[in-house]
Amino acid sequence: MNSVTSTQDTIQHGSDQGHDSHHGPAKGIKRWLYTTNHKDIGSLYLWFAFIMFLVGGAMAMVIRAELFQPGLQIVEPHFFNQMTTVHGLIMVFGAVMPAFTGLANWMIPMMIGAPDMALPRMNNLSFWILPFAFLILLASLFVEGGGPAFGWTFYAPLSTTYSGDSTALFVFSVHIMGISSIMGAINVIVTIWNMRAPGMTWFKLPLFVWTWLITAFLLIAVMPVLAGAVTMVLTDKYFGTSFFDAAGGGDPVMFQHIFWFFGHPEVYIMILPAFGIISTIVPAFSRKKLFGYTSMVYATVSIALLSFLVWAHHMFTTGMPVYAELFFMYCTMLISVPTGVKVFNWVATMWRGAISYEVPMLFSLAFIVLFTFGGFSGLMLAITPVDFQYHDTYFVVAHFHYVLVTGAIFSLIAAAYYWLPKWTGVMYDVGLAKLHFWCSLISVNVLFFPMHFVGLAGMPRRIPDYSIQFADWNQIISLGGFAFGLSQLIFLALVIKACRKQGEPVADKVWDGAEGLEWTVASPAPYHTFTTPPKIQD
Amino acid sequence: MSQRSVSATQQQANTRLVKRLLLATAIMFGFGFALVPLYDVFCDITGLNGRVYQKDTQQTQAAQNLVAPLTEAEQDNIDVTRSIKLEMMTISQAGGAILFEPIDKTLRIHPGQMAEARFRITNVSKDAKYVQAIPSISPGQAGLYLHKTACFCFEQQHIEANQQNEFVMQFYLDTDLPEDILQMTLAYTLY
Repeated sequence: MNSVTSTQDTIQHGSDQGHDSHHGPAKGIKRWLYTTNHKDIGSLYLWFAFIMFLVGGAMAMVIRAELFQPGLQIVEPHFFNQMTTVHGLIMVFGAVMPAFTGLANWMIPMMIGAPDMALPRMNNLSFWILPFAFLILLASLFVEGGGPAFGWTFYAPLSTTYSGDSTALFVFSVHIMGISSIMGAINVIVTIWNMRAPGMTWFKLPLFVWTWLITAFLLIAVMPVLAGAVTMVLTDKYFGTSFFDAAGGGDPVMFQHIFWFFGHPEVYIMILPAFGIISTIVPAFSRKKLFGYTSMVYATVSIALLSFLVWAHHMFTTGMPVYAELFFMYCTMLISVPTGVKVFNWVATMWRGAISYEVPMLFSLAFIVLFTFGGFSGLMLAITPVDFQYHDTYFVVAHFHYVLVTGAIFSLIAAAYYWLPKWTGVMYDVGLAKLHFWCSLISVNVLFFPMHFVGLAGMPRRIPDYSIQFADWNQIISLGGFAFGLSQLIFLALVIKACRKQGEPVADKVWDGAEGLEWTVASPAPYHTFTTPPKIQD
Repeated sequence: MSQRSVSATQQQANTRLVKRLLLATAIMFGFGFALVPLYDVFCDITGLNGRVYQKDTQQTQAAQNLVAPLTEAEQDNIDVTRSIKLEMMTISQAGGAILFEPIDKTLRIHPGQMAEARFRITNVSKDAKYVQAIPSISPGQAGLYLHKTACFCFEQQHIEANQQNEFVMQFYLDTDLPEDILQMTLAYTLY
């Protein structure tokens, strides 16, 4: 496809390509502003996500510093609430989702043998509106009265009656994030649907592509509902409607229904591509085919469908009738069946494989074990009668950080370690990578595991102060938090080093057990790949 | 897909798919808002959520006709074997300007029996106020079996400055009330 050709004399990768009609990337800032190249946009997404990860992480450090000791030391409670809110929003919409979209941009065309994404200009737009969304969100922290402080779930009436004027900024930034994700999702679907190389049939698709396809459909189904929810909050707050205001005949509980109708599928939006990554990496380092490919696809589809039937398990304490609680409890537990299929398939893939422990594999193994922990605590939370005890405690915080940090984030780091040599053409500093792994693995458990204990003992979430009996564990949690935060700087240094091409050049097929079309192109991947479709062998 | 890059058929196929996906997005955006009336209908049918729906006001006409000849026909309909405890709760969201309290804090009634609960609203401010009470019943399902024949919550009430008014809610419980409901709470929030 046509790249940006504002300057004609910039054929950087001309020797790699042998195509006169194609230009290499333009130079300077224009390359990044005007680019329609899927690899450039993928890199932009990944860097943006990484920066947002560090920004959201800095907010987490503020939270942990305040919670280091009981009592109020460092920040005001209102600012603490802003930190928990914006930390959540940034990590969900700014870090995890754009990182997966970045991987999709980089890898999907290369995995299915397409020259680019199907809609390159929309691709540029969907990335470039994202920084503005987060500038608006971060700017809201500086307006009078402070930024959003109602939790990332923005429950009414906290976000309507009792919120500050930054709510309008919050609403618009969520609108922009939503538009960006929807455009990204449309692009992914059209690319996978229409641009597969001849012979790349549905059941030859790599699992990462499959899981992203299903994720993209989930995004199209639920992001508009989120847009509707924030719009209703906006009109309730500023234009006198009463969607969620009981005084005008509305109902604040309905907000929770609408929000979680989006919110629960959103959880799977953040984990399905992770399943795809793990299903790619585990076979490569076990030197075996993925066990149960077809069952993996069907398990992904069933998780996606079930995710629409479980939203009210976030709302067990709202006074639902018993039969509704039972329905949502059983549906929630049912999800552990397809998820279990996946975990067992990964284990069966490793069974009697010739396993080696390169860094991507280390992170994948940590993912399988720790994500399963998060799954188990989720199962505990699904049990209605005990959820009344666990609800809104640190047990919930422990649960979703196990599935999101040691789940989604670990899979993203594994993916980066797996494909980084293909992107940069050099092997990263493996010693540093192993240091990053061990530091992260230990600190993340010091950080999140004791949260189970304080949660079960009754420590509430989103509160800047706590009873004295939780002090010891909170100190340990905070130390783990600081260590985990610092460990990610190792990763930053490593990625910068690799991007500066400091390291041994790698072969086209970086990992001997790796499979897929992306390993048939040169390393580093040339600016244009598969301008003529590859032949797909069986 | 024999020709790659910008072949016309490919472009057409892309455009078609994009249109469909945009349509799906628009439909889901609409669905988000459609959840609002759907939620009301769903709660109305199932009686979830403890809201008292318009059904009550519609029945008011019919029920009021019943009030007069209540004695003979309705008396037989009273289930004296059961006695349900009702607790009244009031919450004033109007700040300190309006005081709102139940006069009858608890009632014990038989299903089918007409009853009255009285409430007192005091305007301690210097201005006349319009107030609206919003009811909520728990357990939620019990809302289906509580029939109000008259309630101050049906419409806005006007209270002069520094005035105290008493308001009455007339109601009866359906004899079909499930056996496992022994106690109900009626909460009114005043806005």
